[in-house]
Order: sequence, then C-alpha cells, then structure tokens
Amino acid sequence: MRWVTRAGVHIDRAACAWLIRRFIDPQAQFAFVADPAEVPAAATAFDIRGAELSHHGSDCSFETILRRYDLSDPVLWRIAQAVHEADLDDQRFDAPEAAGLDVALRGLSMVCADDRVLELTGPLFDGLYEYYRRATLLGREPT
Amino acid sequence: MDQRGDQGSPGDGPGPWVLLCYRVPREPSAPRIAIWRKLKRLGVAQLGDGLAGLPADARTREQLEWVAEEVTEAGGSAGVWLARPASLAQERELAAAMAAARAAEYAAVAAQASAASDAGEAARAAALRRLRAELRRITRRDYFPPAEREQAQAAIEALAGPPGARPGAAAAAGAGERS
Repeated sequence: MRWVTRAGVHIDRAACAWLIRRFIDPQAQFAFVADPAEVPAAATAFDIRGAELSHHGSDCSFETILRRYDLSDPVLWRIAQAVHEADLDDQRFDAPEAAGLDVALRGLSMVCADDRVLELTGPLFDGLYEYYRRATLLGREPT
Repeated sequence: MDQRGDQGSPGDGPGPWVLLCYRVPREPSAPRIAIWRKLKRLGVAQLGDGLAGLPADARTREQLEWVAEEVTEAGGSAGVWLARPASLAQERELAAAMAAARAAEYAAVAAQASAASDAGEAARAAALRRLRAELRRITRRDYFPPAEREQAQAAIEALAGPPGARPGAAAAAGAGERS
C-alpha cells in the first residue's frame, strides 16, 4: 500500500511511518508531498491537514492512527506520549524525553532527506519500543 | 527553511508571516477555549478579531494549520494565509508588541526565581525544575527575543549554583565567583 505524508518529516510523521510499517502494513511504501492537493487518490494520507489519519482534537497523528486501527498495546501508547509532547509540547503528558527526541529529529531533518530520516528513525523507534516494553514489565526504568 | 521575519535586518523589507483567519462558534465554549489556549501557547500576534499571525517558517505554518483544522472540527471556519506586512514600520510594530508580551513573561519568571533563591534546598530545586520548563516554553514562542530573556536565564541558573555562588550570598561574601 502507498502512504503519503508532508515533506520535511519531523517526529510525528517519522513515528507514524514506523508504526504503519511495523504494526499495520509491512510492505508500506512512503511518499512525501509539499501540498495536500498532490496526494494521489490511491494513496492513504497521514499527518496532512484534512486527512483522516491526522491531528484530531488534542490528538497528534500517531495517537489518531492508534485509535483508528484499534492498537491498544500500552507500550505504543507510552511512545505516543513522547511523540505527542515532542510534537505539540502542550504538557498533556509527563514525558521529559520528548524534548530530546524533538531536537534529535529536527537536527536529523536538517542533514537528511525524508527517506533517509525514516531509515534512521526505524531502529530508534524499535529501541524505544523495547525500552518502554521492559519498563512496563519491570515497573521501573530498565538498565 | 527558517525564514523568520527578522527585525534585525533592516533594508531587506518585511519578512513573510503566516496568518490564521478563523471564526469559532460561541457555544459550546470548551473547543473555543482550547483553540484560544493553543494560540496563546504559540505566542501569536492577535491582529484583529479572528485574525492571528506569526513569522512564517515550516513549524509556525504547520502549527497554525493544525489550529485551523481544530477550528473546522469545532464547527467553525478557518483559513491559513502567507502574507507580508506592507511596510517595515508595521512589521516592527508587530514585532515590538510580541517582544513586549514575551518580556512580561520573562520578567515574571525572573521574579519567581529571585523569590525562590531564599527558599530551602528542596524548594529551590523544585522551583528550578519548574522555572526551567517554563522558560523553555516561553522561549519556544519568542520570535523577537527581548533583553529580559537573558535576565530570566541568569536568574534561573543562579538557582542552580552552589549556595555560595547565589547572588545574595555572593554579594554578602564580597566575591561573585559566577559573575
């Protein structure tokens, strides 16, 4: 399936792409557009104004996708808190790691094309998933 | 990518701004208040009734597009525009008003930091954490940094120093090792 988002990938879009490929569509192909009007009819758009899989109410796109696809894994919802705070910074959640993720993603997008940002952030989100999974099991920070 | 309306470069003419024109139904009030809070957090210049603006860059444009989406979902109408003030004077006026709004926020933070410097160790550490986070939030919506920013930073960092390096104690000892 073809998935399309806005060019200039930042935290929310990078996290969504990882979520889509890992939990929704392993064969996902990603494309990037500058304007919502450029989204091809056959593609599914995400994190673009007007798209179903986008910000809704106080949710960022990552949270919207979790809801729309009924992904209730608490580890994914813990990642969602960090993504939400890194993207929106509205103090809805206590996720101090968000500030660091925000800076890392901003820096990455300055030196890499969008495809490359997704390549590099894939393992990062795999690692975050494992970290929060262990933290959830242990009930404390894993070592 | 970063093309903010920079007030420090005269001769270049006014920079690009991103404007949100919006109309939100009066009732229910919850979404209207949520939208108002969001705009306040972004530090917009309120240009008129239902018209807010920020210096244009990739981030500010995206943020206002999300607010526009929220307005639409709340049953209102919204549009996002890219525009340029017709004169440099108008842009400077706008920038000065935004800088003044941030200056007041920085001053409040600096005052709280000074007040906390006489508190006990635990209260000081708590104030330091809270004020650093507050400073970071203000800095994010600060597009035309006023002098008060550095003063607020200094006041907060003074809380982080060892007791002997705090301004009050240093002045008493006659040696400002951090100055």
